Amino acid sequence: MALYSDKVMDHFTNPRNVGKIEDADGVGEVGNAQCGDIMKIYIKVENDIITDVKFNTFGCASAIASSSMATEMIKGQPISKALELSNKAVVEALDGLPPVKIHCSVLAEEAVKAAVKDYYDKNGIFYEPELLAPKGCGDCHGSCDTK
Amino acid sequence: MLVYADNAATTKISDSALKAMMPLFKEDYGNPSSLHSIGQKAKEYLEKARADIAECINAEPSTIYFTSGGSEADNQALRSAAYMGKKKGKTHIISSKFEHHAILHTLNALEKEGFTVTLLDVYSNGIVKPEDVKNAITDETCLVTIMTANNEIGTIQPIKEIGAICREKGVLFHTDAVQAAGHIPLDVKDMNVDMLSISGHKFHGPKGVGALYVRKGIILTNIIFGGAQERKKRAGTENVPAIVGMATALKDSVANMEKNSEYVTNLRDKMIAGLKDIPKSRINGDLQHHLPGTLNMCFEGIEGEGILLWLDQKGIEASSGSACTSGSLDPSHVLLAIGVPVEVAHGSLRLSISEYNTEEEIDHIIKTVPQVVSYLREMSPVWEKMMEEEK
Repeated sequence: MALYSDKVMDHFTNPRNVGKIEDADGVGEVGNAQCGDIMKIYIKVENDIITDVKFNTFGCASAIASSSMATEMIKGQPISKALELSNKAVVEALDGLPPVKIHCSVLAEEAVKAAVKDYYDKNGIFYEPELLAPKGCGDCHGSCDTK
Repeated sequence: MLVYADNAATTKISDSALKAMMPLFKEDYGNPSSLHSIGQKAKEYLEKARADIAECINAEPSTIYFTSGGSEADNQALRSAAYMGKKKGKTHIISSKFEHHAILHTLNALEKEGFTVTLLDVYSNGIVKPEDVKNAITDETCLVTIMTANNEIGTIQPIKEIGAICREKGVLFHTDAVQAAGHIPLDVKDMNVDMLSISGHKFHGPKGVGALYVRKGIILTNIIFGGAQERKKRAGTENVPAIVGMATALKDSVANMEKNSEYVTNLRDKMIAGLKDIPKSRINGDLQHHLPGTLNMCFEGIEGEGILLWLDQKGIEASSGSACTSGSLDPSHVLLAIGVPVEVAHGSLRLSISEYNTEEEIDHIIKTVPQVVSYLREMSPVWEKMMEEEK
């Protein structure tokens, strides 16, 4: 049995939207190097639509694939839609992740929300805090899955 | 091109070992405990293998016990020494921070039974200091267990010196020689060891078989109960084909050790020359006291699993001590024990080669690893930050 699904391997070996946006409207960075995962997502926003998105990720194959998939899922979408993106949706789109890697999808969800938060903050847009609260298992980064 | 560079994990079985095993499946398949001819023939194979293995490590055949592998040998050795100590009221055990989990987890279990354990530092060179062993020994100490060579970074420990200290202090000394056997000379008398574990599949023998050397006078504790095999110390019908395969492989490895060691060391040095100039990288462990075929490096700013899976895509099979590959949240305890910072330890790569690797394969590694490292660094926010700080 392969470690990862074909989808994960596809997004790992051919990641979509890799890079950075110099004049991004919002940048979100989550995770930390000690834990072995950092995701940074850049978004361009026009009329509430995410017109462009790029990512940089330090992490394992599933972290890279989760970032790639998450960026693909929010590209061209209204912000409201991007905020609905859950880690579960990322996992499903990747045809599953091993239990110990679920935290990578949580990180992707959090990175998207962090980028939107940065955009809102920069532009003085009011938002309900719970709108940006993670839908996944929060900021435990997978410790709930491995212990 | 497919390059297998994970020989510290396991090795390909040698032709001679496989050939030696074959008759034991369909012709000479008897149970060594049976009294009929085919059983007694199997017994002959078994005892010949025991004698061969004993000879390879300068021991007597009666001191060799066959097990299911290195882990079982370690488990039995540690428990035996611990319980012998306990009978004399001695319940302190000394080991090191970077032992294999077969040792560390057995020690954890013994701690729960009331033993106390001291784990020694291994320093940045990955080598235990004999004087640290000496200083740690108390009147309570019943056992010292230090590996002969480390499985992740390949450093060879001063076993003979540590053994001499243990002898002088009257403390039992065990060494896990799983990574060392077949690769560097082992002589239980010269090394001053009381117990030594080996595993068949690390030197081109089969998996699922190992051996424990136990000096005369040490009373083994059973961890598997049942029949009277292995002088009543390890129940279960002997895995004769695997035992014969292991003995054949070890004999071959010892006979060709000088030649293989020179060849593999040359390949490894070539690999080092080709990889050492990758910026922000480090080689882990002292290369002067080192197994021929193991090279462990860290590349800052990237994560090991990504390196591994990309190398796999490019036909190179290697290993990493990153958290993501271990299934836990912490990177390799070995790298942390030698003082590699956590975030750097995440980006580790172990390339372990054997005499089956070729120059062309090493060229492929030298060409591919830097490509993969820079590709992953390009998309790493950690690397980006490091480069900004450089400016």
